[in-house]
Amino acid sequence: MSWLVVFAVMFWLATWAVNEWLSRRTFASHSVQKTVNLLIPLLFGVAVLVLWEGITRGLEVPRVLLPPPSMIWERILNSLPILWADFQQTFLKAVLAGYVLGCGSGFLVALLCDRSSFLKRGLLPLGNFVSALPIIGVAPIMVMWFGFDWQSKAAVVVIMTFFPMLVNTVQGLSAADHMQRDLMRTYASSWWQTLIKLRLPAASPFIFNALKLNSTLALIGAIVAEFFGTPIVGMGFRISTEVGRMNVDMVWAEIAVAALAGSAFYGLVALIERTITFWHPSIRSRRI
Amino acid sequence: MDGKGKTIPVLTVLAAVVAIWYACVVWMNAPFEYDKAERAGTEIGFSQLVSNTMTQERPVLPAAHQVAEEMYKTIVLKKFTSKRSLVYHGWITLSATLLGFAIGTALGILLAVGIVHNRAMDKSVMPWVIASQTIPILAVAPMIIVVLNAVGLSGLLPKALISTYLSFFPVVVGMVKGLRSPDRAQLDLMHTYSASTAQTFWKLRWPSSMPYLFTSLKIAIAISLVGAIVGELPTGAVAGLGARLLAGSYYGQTIQIWSALFTAAILAAVLVMIVGLAHSYVLRRMGQKPEGAAT
Repeated sequence: MSWLVVFAVMFWLATWAVNEWLSRRTFASHSVQKTVNLLIPLLFGVAVLVLWEGITRGLEVPRVLLPPPSMIWERILNSLPILWADFQQTFLKAVLAGYVLGCGSGFLVALLCDRSSFLKRGLLPLGNFVSALPIIGVAPIMVMWFGFDWQSKAAVVVIMTFFPMLVNTVQGLSAADHMQRDLMRTYASSWWQTLIKLRLPAASPFIFNALKLNSTLALIGAIVAEFFGTPIVGMGFRISTEVGRMNVDMVWAEIAVAALAGSAFYGLVALIERTITFWHPSIRSRRI
Repeated sequence: MDGKGKTIPVLTVLAAVVAIWYACVVWMNAPFEYDKAERAGTEIGFSQLVSNTMTQERPVLPAAHQVAEEMYKTIVLKKFTSKRSLVYHGWITLSATLLGFAIGTALGILLAVGIVHNRAMDKSVMPWVIASQTIPILAVAPMIIVVLNAVGLSGLLPKALISTYLSFFPVVVGMVKGLRSPDRAQLDLMHTYSASTAQTFWKLRWPSSMPYLFTSLKIAIAISLVGAIVGELPTGAVAGLGARLLAGSYYGQTIQIWSALFTAAILAAVLVMIVGLAHSYVLRRMGQKPEGAAT
């Protein structure tokens, strides 16, 4: 069976060569260049999958250690109802509720901080400090307080997403420079008018930065919190029990769903960011 | 914002946190006390209630002084080799963290050097490095541990690998940015000196990437610790701070959970502080001002 390995390695080298060639060339037309820029990472991803498949099948790597991608795919197709139920429990209930509450409260507290510089000077260093702490550790406490169901996971997500949102929003609210703020003052605009017309738009890159960061954190928080106790459904629950039963392909299927959900969530936030902060240099430059 | 202007507000907020904490202790632990009094057939006075809620064996929310007492008992009084000493558990977590952090940093720097110097690698690997940030890597943690255990690899290394996996992303991203931070004029100057790629790397790119490296390292060490703690969860709660958390949640030992949590927090703070000190030391040796250099 070792020809499979040889084939996989050859395929890998071939795609590498194609990538090398593609990345050295510059294309006249923008649309072609765009497609090529998409194609290169895609080819790399396909090469990784082929190499993975070839090595696991060719060298007969134990299924427990690393199942081939085709087996994981088969498992995903065979257990769609279970995956959907887990996704519903973890993502649609815990992650979304926690994300909205955490980001929302972080944003509101940031506005409060903005009104009172005393609160800002007191909370901001603490917020920065807390961001470095292993907050995920509060999971067992939340499970104890809010029970096994999704509410406790949402609580963990709230705590995890609160501080990045707070710190970034406070930072973003001071992004509008003095000239612009003075201009608003000469217009005799109120604090609210300045906030909505000048400072929130100026802060939005920072806010979206936190939203993107939090989309990842929220999923991690919910899954890890499920390791501490759940009803018999949920992505974290499935991962920890199927690992115990050595059904590694099911675990990988669950991970694939988590990865897909995480990427889609991140992508959605990034998409909203592009439509709202279209004026920002980092987005304008990409359009050319 | 100068240093002087921060202390009083921070202390005020901290005092408010502690005050809210104690109020919550009374509020959350009170139902248990009322229940107990009712079963005993007695009325409970308010002052009695308050003092009772702070001395419960397994409170819903332990008071700050109970946690401090437990931490003092398990850190200072217990022998370091004892299974009940938090120093013992903390050391196990710390060693996995540091090993993972070291491997992750080395790997991250190597990848970044490759990405900066090879166009194909930049275009093909970089999008995946960024995409993989959106994947909940911690979810893979228990599987890595159990699977590696099944093939006979146990102890420090599996946990360290999770830390590696988590910590190399910020290093790659930061280092790519850092190694690219020298501007056109500086690179052109190196070119006029007819400097080789290696010389440009060591004399220009590497030094100018230092602020970015240390900023990433701060994130990386904090996330390494998280990785090591989560990595300890599925091992059946043997040793380490994560195992303490899990054992505490199994047996309802809230005070134990809180003290493990605070130890982990202190550990994280100290690690980040050490990286911060190294950062300002290196920058001072390079003749830069530490402030404002990092982004």
